[in-house]
Amino acid sequence: MANDEIPRRHFLVGAGAAAAALTPTAVPAPAEAQQKPAAPAAASGPEGYLTLTAPEAAFFSAAADTFIPADELSPSATDCGVVTFVDRQLAGAWGGGAKMYRQGPFAKGTPTQGYQLPLTPREFFAAGIVATNAWARKTYGKDFDRLTPKERETALKELESGKAALADFNGKQFFEALLTITMEGFFADPIYGGNRNKAGWRMVGYPGLPAVYSTLLDDYRNKRYVVEPQSIADFS
Amino acid sequence: MATRLKEVDAVMVGMGWTGSIMARELTKAGLTVIGLERGEDMTPGENFALPNIRDELKYTHRLELVQDPALETLTFRNRGSETALPMRRMGSFLPGNSVGGAANHWGGLHWRYLPSDHLCRSHIVNRYGAKVIPEDMTIQDWAMTYDELEPYYDKFDKLCGVSGKAGNLRGQKIPGGNIFEGPRSNEYPNPPLKMTESALMFEKAAKELGYNPFPQPISNSSRPYTNIEGLTLGACQYCGHCDKSGCEANAKAGPLVCIMPLLRAEPKFTLRTRSWVSRLIYDKAAKKVTGVLYTDTRTGEEYEQPAGMVVLSAYVFGNISLLFHSGIGEPYDPVTGKGVLGKNYCYQLSRMGVTMFFEGKEFNPFMGAPGAAMALDDVDGDNFDHSGLGFLGGSRFACGHADGRPIGYRPVPSGTPRWGAQWKKATAKWYHHAANIAVSGSNYANRNNYIDLDPTYKDQLGRPLLRLTYNFVENDYKVMEYTIDVAAKIARAMNPTSISPPRMRRGDYDIVPYQSTHNTGGTIMGGDPKGSVVNRYLQAWDAHNLFVMGASTFPQQPAYNPTGPVGALAYWAAEAIITKYLKSPGPLV
Repeated sequence: MANDEIPRRHFLVGAGAAAAALTPTAVPAPAEAQQKPAAPAAASGPEGYLTLTAPEAAFFSAAADTFIPADELSPSATDCGVVTFVDRQLAGAWGGGAKMYRQGPFAKGTPTQGYQLPLTPREFFAAGIVATNAWARKTYGKDFDRLTPKERETALKELESGKAALADFNGKQFFEALLTITMEGFFADPIYGGNRNKAGWRMVGYPGLPAVYSTLLDDYRNKRYVVEPQSIADFS
Repeated sequence: MATRLKEVDAVMVGMGWTGSIMARELTKAGLTVIGLERGEDMTPGENFALPNIRDELKYTHRLELVQDPALETLTFRNRGSETALPMRRMGSFLPGNSVGGAANHWGGLHWRYLPSDHLCRSHIVNRYGAKVIPEDMTIQDWAMTYDELEPYYDKFDKLCGVSGKAGNLRGQKIPGGNIFEGPRSNEYPNPPLKMTESALMFEKAAKELGYNPFPQPISNSSRPYTNIEGLTLGACQYCGHCDKSGCEANAKAGPLVCIMPLLRAEPKFTLRTRSWVSRLIYDKAAKKVTGVLYTDTRTGEEYEQPAGMVVLSAYVFGNISLLFHSGIGEPYDPVTGKGVLGKNYCYQLSRMGVTMFFEGKEFNPFMGAPGAAMALDDVDGDNFDHSGLGFLGGSRFACGHADGRPIGYRPVPSGTPRWGAQWKKATAKWYHHAANIAVSGSNYANRNNYIDLDPTYKDQLGRPLLRLTYNFVENDYKVMEYTIDVAAKIARAMNPTSISPPRMRRGDYDIVPYQSTHNTGGTIMGGDPKGSVVNRYLQAWDAHNLFVMGASTFPQQPAYNPTGPVGALAYWAAEAIITKYLKSPGPLV
């Protein structure tokens, strides 16, 4: 676990401008490093990102690990590949605004009218991270990913409740998108880069594929069905 | 300049349930038929195969089988005083995007409407008097009775291989089936699916309280089944991926399984995909249509397809929008109450229910199907006495497990944080031990809920988007409150360790979260052209060779899901065309 963090930190430090200000003590101590994980992370650390910048990757990692910290139930979100998942989602068609109506004019609207920003998901997360970090610097004197685990928790609660006053950006809306994509990364089929070693599925006891239960439904009536979970890749 | 093509006898606009049923019936009668479909072709073997069909992210959350709003969406507002804004992402409802339509990703619930639903207004007036109907509740009768439609309900049952248990066979009530349903001429084609443990617990508790639970009817074959077309459906595998996804077992009925293999081999039928119909060519003086204009979405080229008859068989919104863009039907005005096109848009009351947690019970929530559930109709429709209740309509309940897909299904007791260590503990603890009573309510028409054209926003072809003005009204909230209390009573009788506060909302309708793809109305049927767009044979009053299929013809929406009557009406209209219209083309009423 801790070893997996080393390449990421090196990557951050080597990433130029954004990392230039980082000193070794300023690099965040990942929450998961402070606890004994349940199981070793299945895959190695980051294999490079398609679209996320180093500060963005650090932000997602810090947020996702606050949502899903390492404990006896699962490794941390980052160790489960959630940041890789986010990166691939944002780099792909969905991140680029596929299946969205994007014609103007753009107006604020009511909550029941839904998303009305001109931003694609990729652009929305980029803008949200900038706005959240600006708010974090004003409130805590540091970017979000450099807060202590306790501070991150507090900051996310402020975003969730709508108390955090982000400049020209809806913090609550950003929070909801952040939580959603984190949960998707933790529970989606591992083929997307998250849910490594089916950690999310193991946590709840979801068996994945092939999901052919016509006889098992009766065999396991009021009896827990426990199997080694299988994913799309296991059948491909 | 559109390229003019060779005339055919009939054109279908959309190749979902109704387009494929109508194309099949008309080609059998000897007509040449073209099916125009905006989306792509699909086959279960190629598109719904293991392992990739078991992909919750792709199908449930990225909406692989759902209409792309970048092509066409609608604008929405809760009330006429607001400015409507575009639905930029699909959410509340999910029309389909390919051959097979929404039936590729439907959940399969297969209902008939009650006899009293077919006579909505006159039944209420007869039983309670006209004064119980609020002034702004614009409900009206269907244009045919349940008994008239029954043979076509029956035929559609046999096309789909519906699984269930009759509760009323030719007038004889049968305990264990739905005793409130209208008389059936035949038992269901297939026996009910196996029930989940949660369904059996619900059944027991409901019976002890004096209610009448029954297996939820479902278009998943419980066993291999050969339908009336000679095509074979497989047996349900209880995979828990029915809704929003395709069926790899060919057990879930849909046009791709139940009809298309025959149409593909039919020389009189031509399927033309990626063909987006932009408008009908309307001869107002002659009161008929002469064909359609469509765009090939691969090239942008425009074509005119002349036809002796046009069948609108798109989703609800596609049918309404094509009538607006073709100048057929007088647009509805909520201020004067005049006009009919866009009138009586209705939906379904969803997002209601009661979640229960049972320590010591193992549900394996990923094993199941929407039909592996027990349903309850005691407080649905007019199955109970509404005297003094102050509302009309009701809700149907269902309890079972149909979906343990973990991105979306993560029940935790209320008060649990949504993330962090406590959330993890609760999620891991309760995933196997929760059950839900789902409650879906009727939605009766209101004069302020309607559809017209948006003044600002356009679709990809440059046509104005439809504008939806819709909100819940007092009758809806009262239906929710009354029926959810009954659901909560049954939930308590199931003796759970804990129970979450019943879910319902008093606020405005919200177009963001998924609720149901059960939109109705806008091109409603009726007995005269002043109050309806189509007559009892779904023939447009304003164009005798134009037939409008689907739930856009429903004057209001009961609590049931609409696919059963949608299929029945397609068979009913097809028979009227073949036996009446072709012999003497002209208005049938």
